[in-house]
Amino acid sequence: MKLFHRTIRDLHQMLRDREISSVELTQSVLDQIQAVGDRTKAYLLVTKELALRQAHAADERLRSKRDVRPMTGIPIALKDVLCVKEVASTAGSKILKGFTPPYSATVVERLEAEGAVFLGKTNCDEFAMGSSNENSGYWPVHNPWGLDRVPGGSSGGSAAAVASGEAIAALGSDTGGSIRQPAALTGIVGLKPTYGRVSRYGLIAFASSLDQIGPMTRDVVDSALLLQAIAGHDPRDSTSSPKPVPDYLATLGDGVKGMRLGVPKEYFVAGMEPAVEQSIRDAIRLLEQQGASIEEVSLPHSDVALPAYYIIAPAEASSNLARYDGVRYGYQAEGARNLIEEYMLTRQQGFGAEVKRRIMLGTYALSSGYYDAYYLQAQKVRTLIIDDFKRAFTKVDALLGATSPTVAFPLGAKTQDPVAMYLNDIITIPANLGNVCAISVPCGLADGLPVGLQVIAPGFREDLALRIAFAFEAATEFHKAQSPLMGAAA
Amino acid sequence: MSAIATKYEVVVGLEVHAQVLTQSKMFCGCSTDYLTAPPNANTCPVCLGLPGSLPVINRRAVEATIRTALALNCEIPEFSKFDRKNYFYPDLPKGYQISQYDLPFSRRGHLDFDVRGAPCRCGITRVHLEEDTGKLLHEGAIHEAQSSLVNFNRSGVPLMEIVSEPDLRSADEAREYVMRLRAILQYIGVNNGDMESGQLRCDANVSLRPAGSSELGTKVEVKNMNSFRAIHRAIEYEVVRQTEVLDSGGRLTQETRGWNDARGLTVSQRTKEFAEDYRYFPEPDLPPLDVSRHWVEEIRAGLPELPAARRERFVAAYGLTPYDASLLTSTRPMAEFFEETVRLGGPAKASANWILGDFSRLLNADHKEIQESSIKPTHLQQLLHLVETGGLSGKMAKQTFDAMYHAPDPAPALAEAKGSSQISGDAELAGLVDQVIAENAKSVADFKAGKEQALKFLIGQAMKLSRGRANPQRLDALLREKIV
Repeated sequence: MKLFHRTIRDLHQMLRDREISSVELTQSVLDQIQAVGDRTKAYLLVTKELALRQAHAADERLRSKRDVRPMTGIPIALKDVLCVKEVASTAGSKILKGFTPPYSATVVERLEAEGAVFLGKTNCDEFAMGSSNENSGYWPVHNPWGLDRVPGGSSGGSAAAVASGEAIAALGSDTGGSIRQPAALTGIVGLKPTYGRVSRYGLIAFASSLDQIGPMTRDVVDSALLLQAIAGHDPRDSTSSPKPVPDYLATLGDGVKGMRLGVPKEYFVAGMEPAVEQSIRDAIRLLEQQGASIEEVSLPHSDVALPAYYIIAPAEASSNLARYDGVRYGYQAEGARNLIEEYMLTRQQGFGAEVKRRIMLGTYALSSGYYDAYYLQAQKVRTLIIDDFKRAFTKVDALLGATSPTVAFPLGAKTQDPVAMYLNDIITIPANLGNVCAISVPCGLADGLPVGLQVIAPGFREDLALRIAFAFEAATEFHKAQSPLMGAAA
Repeated sequence: MSAIATKYEVVVGLEVHAQVLTQSKMFCGCSTDYLTAPPNANTCPVCLGLPGSLPVINRRAVEATIRTALALNCEIPEFSKFDRKNYFYPDLPKGYQISQYDLPFSRRGHLDFDVRGAPCRCGITRVHLEEDTGKLLHEGAIHEAQSSLVNFNRSGVPLMEIVSEPDLRSADEAREYVMRLRAILQYIGVNNGDMESGQLRCDANVSLRPAGSSELGTKVEVKNMNSFRAIHRAIEYEVVRQTEVLDSGGRLTQETRGWNDARGLTVSQRTKEFAEDYRYFPEPDLPPLDVSRHWVEEIRAGLPELPAARRERFVAAYGLTPYDASLLTSTRPMAEFFEETVRLGGPAKASANWILGDFSRLLNADHKEIQESSIKPTHLQQLLHLVETGGLSGKMAKQTFDAMYHAPDPAPALAEAKGSSQISGDAELAGLVDQVIAENAKSVADFKAGKEQALKFLIGQAMKLSRGRANPQRLDALLREKIV
């Protein structure tokens, strides 16, 4: 077993015991990037020098035993939507090509303060809009479990990096499933925290009322460790919650005995692959065997979550992306004869097709005369979905279901049909609209490809979601399955 | 104008933008100093709209808005929120302005003022808060400029928008409204009232309708009026222009027109046929605000005496005419200058006359505000004292005031006036000296006996008789002469 195969928890212990150095560890991961990076295409930018500099600093810290934190010396990857001071941050878009922010995101600062090592910026769908990573403005990412398959999206680069040993852990962002769905499709753990749990300051916005940053890791313990490092109130983000952050590790091993877990019948959607459904049913049975009581529940408005999401998210995006006009930073088209032309050419050439599609959808939904019928109506639906969850959580402690109705599909399979692509997120979107948290944890393979179990817990009960996921993980070996790319190096 | 006024009724509503006097910007910690700072010095990721940056509300700006709204008798709803107003322009770095759409901090107020003694009331639709934009600098004329530069120092400066109902019926009323509004904003310390530098800006919606009609005519929005005079002239011009269009059987188009002060006319800027759709929606980066009643009452309790109340008090306490009281209270510094002069002992009526007369005339000629003058209440009070005690003629007083006004320090001119009002002539002083000698035989005897102290007493008596105007050096000499 090489160093890059290990988890944060193991590596932390080894670093602490001075068994290994952060530089050795970082070099091990950089070597793996070197070895498989051109096959996964997980990274847009590898910050080798920065990583080694940070690794040296972490080793100093470890040597002096001064303020050693769980993330000290751990090499992690950052989704390209996160701003890192003086490191190119493009959100996977050509329109931000060459943009180096003069500041770092709050989560980046927090990880820096912990002494983490930044490997680079991971590929993603442009402005986090997509479910397959094929909307990257640069190149698609390949799934380490099958290089002809998509890794999911939009945090596909982060997922592929963690699943291929090109990072010990990564940060992603989740607006409608963009952490959980790629986690499921690459056999790793992905947690979408409750809106407001993690500061969005420095996260290049897609849909401001839905975006959340979260951990993508090899197992549930690592998920808890990474969440612990980034969660908490930030005065620079007015939508971040002042609620105290609990000690996630403290309750992780408390098990599910006596817990009531609900299975929303609406989450077994039409088109779900039988092998996926089988894995989920098996996983639910396993949790029952662990002492949880299982009951079927209903979230009656689940079917309108997707359409509501495709109003709200594009509406916010159409406004959030207005700033990319070529005037101050990023891409600027040449040859414009006047201001309007400058705007039009820059945006025509700088944005990809899916981004343009959503800007148009959102602009339309907010237009005078259509606002009430679309945006306002979608907000009402959002309230119904919030109420669905509230009602369910009076009966059960948490909800179980699939993360994705399918396993990783072949590259190009859905690029011609946007709606088929949107349907990937049908069971992840409600958690974003409903202000709850959710985690995807590996629950087996179907035809050799990973399946993810989704655990949804009430708002700010990440402790509960992690605890259930950990109980499942502890009773199974699924999370130990390694992608061929990672395993080959073992 | 009167012929027009009988045929058509003039309808004017005003939108006043006032920059809020805060140290830091609306949504970030940058300084609001955009007039003197080097270009783009006071900027950060938030006010430059860099990707990933987020706004944080400046509580003081909200407080100033509520303060203004309370001074304008508005209702303050318990629930308020910010919205995004979306449009593209290079001075707008996010591609949207954070403003307030359907739930502003306040609504339904009014402002009372008067036009030549006649009371008027104008409804206030709302007072809301938004952020200012950056400023474009074109190289040459805008249509030929080869390049434009953007200075974002002003980007994110808090800006209040005060929207009036279409209750104003003439250019006179509109001007008075803005003057009174400006006075209130200065009184409560939320805005410095500077129209020239754009810290107070005014747009007017002007329309005509047949006299007696209750429907509103086609409105024209007039922009770019940088003074009270410009507001008055622009509205007068629009009334004449619109009357001519209507009288010749034409139709008015809903449009925006810019006031050209040099040419004295308005020029069409854009028509509203292709109305801009701002796609307002709630700002998702800022949670809605609960405006607690406790906070509102705290702000209300902190309001100073407002012009209307002060005006009434000036009439009641100092016996001023309502007109004079109204003028004196039109700016807070002027009202305070007056009260301080009176407090120091200046007679109220005379103090008011001087402030509103000679002083205002000189200030107006220099485009200066009273607080910028070197003349302070103590100087005016001393001058008035010289006049009152009879030593200084009216003509002399005017000359003295003029000299005081134009000197960097008024003290020498005042001292000179004091000197010139002294009784120094021996002939005039002789009578005084004789009287003092006659009435103070004992002191005269004491002095003869060699007590220097007694002479000082005698000089004092003579000063008293002259009400301070006798020249003490001459008294000393004359007394010695006569007694010995």
